[in-house]
Amino acid sequence: MTDQMDYFKKRAALGLIGRREFMGRMSAVGVTAIAAQGMLASAVHAAGPQKGGTMKVGISGGGSSDSLDPALSANQTQGMVSRMWGEPLLELADDGGLENRLAEEYSASADAKTWTFKIRSGVQFSNGKTLTADDVMATMARHSGDETESGALGIMRGISNMRVDGDMFIIELETGNADLPYLLTDYHLLIQPNGGSDDPTAAVGTGPYVLKSSEPGVRFVFERNDNHWAGEGNASTIELLVINDDTARMAALQSGQIHMANRVPPRTAGLVGRGPNVTVHSKSGPGHYVFIAHTNTSPFDNRDAMLALKYGMNRQEMVDKILFGYGSVGNDTPINASYPLFTELEQREYDPDKAAFHWKKSGQTDPILLRTSDNSFPGAPDAAALFQQSLSAAGVPLEVKREPNDGYWSEVWNNKPFCTSYWSGRPVQDQMYSTAYLSTADWNDTRFNNEQFDQLLVAARGETNVATRTQMYADMGTIVHNEGGLICPMFNDFIDATTDKVAGWGDTKGFSMMNLYAPVKMWVTA
Amino acid sequence: MHPAMKLVAQRLALGIFLLFLVSILIFAGTLILPGDVAQSILGQSATPEALANMREKLGLNEPPMTRYLDWLGGILTGDLGTALTNGQDIATSIGSRLGNTLFLAFWAAVASVPLAIFLGLVAVRYRDRWPDKLISGITLSTISIPEFLIGYVLMYFVGVKLGWAPTVATIYDGMSLGEKLNAISLPVMVLTLVVLAHMMRMTRAAILNVMQSAYIETAELKGLTMFTIIWRHAFPNSIAPIVNVVMLNLAYLVVGVVVVEVVFTYPGMGQYLVDHVSKRDLPVVQACGLIFASVYIVLNMVADIVSILSNPRLRHPK
Repeated sequence: MTDQMDYFKKRAALGLIGRREFMGRMSAVGVTAIAAQGMLASAVHAAGPQKGGTMKVGISGGGSSDSLDPALSANQTQGMVSRMWGEPLLELADDGGLENRLAEEYSASADAKTWTFKIRSGVQFSNGKTLTADDVMATMARHSGDETESGALGIMRGISNMRVDGDMFIIELETGNADLPYLLTDYHLLIQPNGGSDDPTAAVGTGPYVLKSSEPGVRFVFERNDNHWAGEGNASTIELLVINDDTARMAALQSGQIHMANRVPPRTAGLVGRGPNVTVHSKSGPGHYVFIAHTNTSPFDNRDAMLALKYGMNRQEMVDKILFGYGSVGNDTPINASYPLFTELEQREYDPDKAAFHWKKSGQTDPILLRTSDNSFPGAPDAAALFQQSLSAAGVPLEVKREPNDGYWSEVWNNKPFCTSYWSGRPVQDQMYSTAYLSTADWNDTRFNNEQFDQLLVAARGETNVATRTQMYADMGTIVHNEGGLICPMFNDFIDATTDKVAGWGDTKGFSMMNLYAPVKMWVTA
Repeated sequence: MHPAMKLVAQRLALGIFLLFLVSILIFAGTLILPGDVAQSILGQSATPEALANMREKLGLNEPPMTRYLDWLGGILTGDLGTALTNGQDIATSIGSRLGNTLFLAFWAAVASVPLAIFLGLVAVRYRDRWPDKLISGITLSTISIPEFLIGYVLMYFVGVKLGWAPTVATIYDGMSLGEKLNAISLPVMVLTLVVLAHMMRMTRAAILNVMQSAYIETAELKGLTMFTIIWRHAFPNSIAPIVNVVMLNLAYLVVGVVVVEVVFTYPGMGQYLVDHVSKRDLPVVQACGLIFASVYIVLNMVADIVSILSNPRLRHPK
């Protein structure tokens, strides 16, 4: 029987028999479906990546107004496209650590103020030019400075000086930052020849694929770069189709027109996964859906009113009914286990009695106005209605106002005192807190102003002792949990799907679709 | 001047005047949108300097009248301006998108117009008998269902379950005509189902109207077959209303397919417009609006002219 199983495993891995047939054969020899599924996956992995073939990817989140300039990347399609032709200095490793890409090695001074990156030698851009430390410096310079439109400007602000020394690229910071290597994994910071200042949209880089045809918002075609320094990339051709309509994307996947798709709608993920040739992959990440209140505006400046709202939130119900189980409960901080140096706080539960107590203590009687819209996160108006219900059980009156999608991000979010919104998270705690919870942050959408928190945040940046740093982040989490204007009911999972014509899916950190590297890392089996 | 020519000239002049009015309406419409254009482009992170630069760049400091005349002048010379979001020339980007939309509309028309007229003739031939009722029943139900629903239903059954047609209608340069037709088969089917009923019913009604006339009775008494009577005597006399409704539906095929294009991910004008509306790219929205309006006006004008010319009393005045 073992011989038989091995034989079928090999055939399945080579794509000679389909997943369905394999499962059938295995059940015939008495293997349960779940065990057979696992066997199939490991057999396919064991057979190793296969080179060649055409991989077709359906992705949502792109539009015809998109630019090819990585500095202007703002959606998943742009992110995925630029990861094919370009590479950063460092990238998130699958275990949450860091992987050296164009930086061969790096080191920091003791105060984490001066960072030295040794640039990999013998790497060529797709236009034939050899990568130098000057290219790296020119790239970083293009993303800094007041005139830049780069989405990475926030990261580059703390840099006081950059220089090149042979094949070394050196960054000096104004204040120490132990997280700098993580920040350099940012998807905007892809190294371009001469920093891309000759033509930022040329899509010339060192990545495993070369862009052959591009029609923004419609279709991108890549061919494998045989000259890649690490020989990465499996399929000879990758075709990326922008399919923004959920139903159309899922139909294309089920009919086999594409091999993988991102953003499977949670509502239908179960149905899609039941299809014979499709596997749904769900992965927890740092993205979260939030209800945010301005802590400098009445009644949210009242600690008790805020606590009443926090205790009046039924987090488990949100995960069950809004995320359809594809997620995990939040704890009124923007941080979860997907971050390095995470410490778990005591979970705040739904408690109508405590909510009623704090509401009474706050002395408030007027209804609270919550603004929401369809695009603030999927199912936001429903979530607002659930919140209204769970609060009314505690006697806290909530009025829900539905706002139009158009203009929500400019008129309501970060503008009106209480609304629904989402955050897609950041690779490290410092970056998340600096983006939205530092009192001086541009996107401080809860108007959080806590001196002790600000001090801890700056101190933690330069702290190189891991234990001390972890404790500092735990303290900051506690402050936001108790005093912040953030009500975070849930962390949403990334839900992607692949068909049985491709293999090599693995768990990664970062964004969905294997941190947007799925087309590069996976391979075509048939 | 020949009275028919005079009527045609009148219609042409009216069409041009209407287009001019539409251009004012579109321009005014984008002016009264809430919020400052520069602000909505730069978003919430805009600094005052950046806002001032952007306003200067867009010419927002000029009075509206000057801006309108600049815009109109540009359009008359074929310059639609550049997109705010990615700086591409609008005329070039719209060119290929419009080509795609017309390609889809053309094939949908090729499939639906003859089919609708044929079904209309059949319905008249078997008036009030089961073929007539069947045709009316089916076409009326397909026009009553929203097109996105028909799209999803066909996508599921024809595309996913049967695997007969691709569910994603992306077409691109380098595809052969056969591949392109295969790619757009489902959207063409949806559009055909949506426009069929209107044209079929109008054909049926117009011909039935003519069938009451004395000369049809004469033809019948001559012993002509029913189809010959319909085709030779009734149809030519009912061309005007049929052409009218055909043109209305052709206009719909060009300007009303936004939803179908989005559902099938077809790279046409509709998708292009939706992408840019969501980013408040006003020059693109204005250009698209004007093109859609022109298509509508031109096709209606053609319908008018055809019905004028198809009327022998106007062609041969005493």
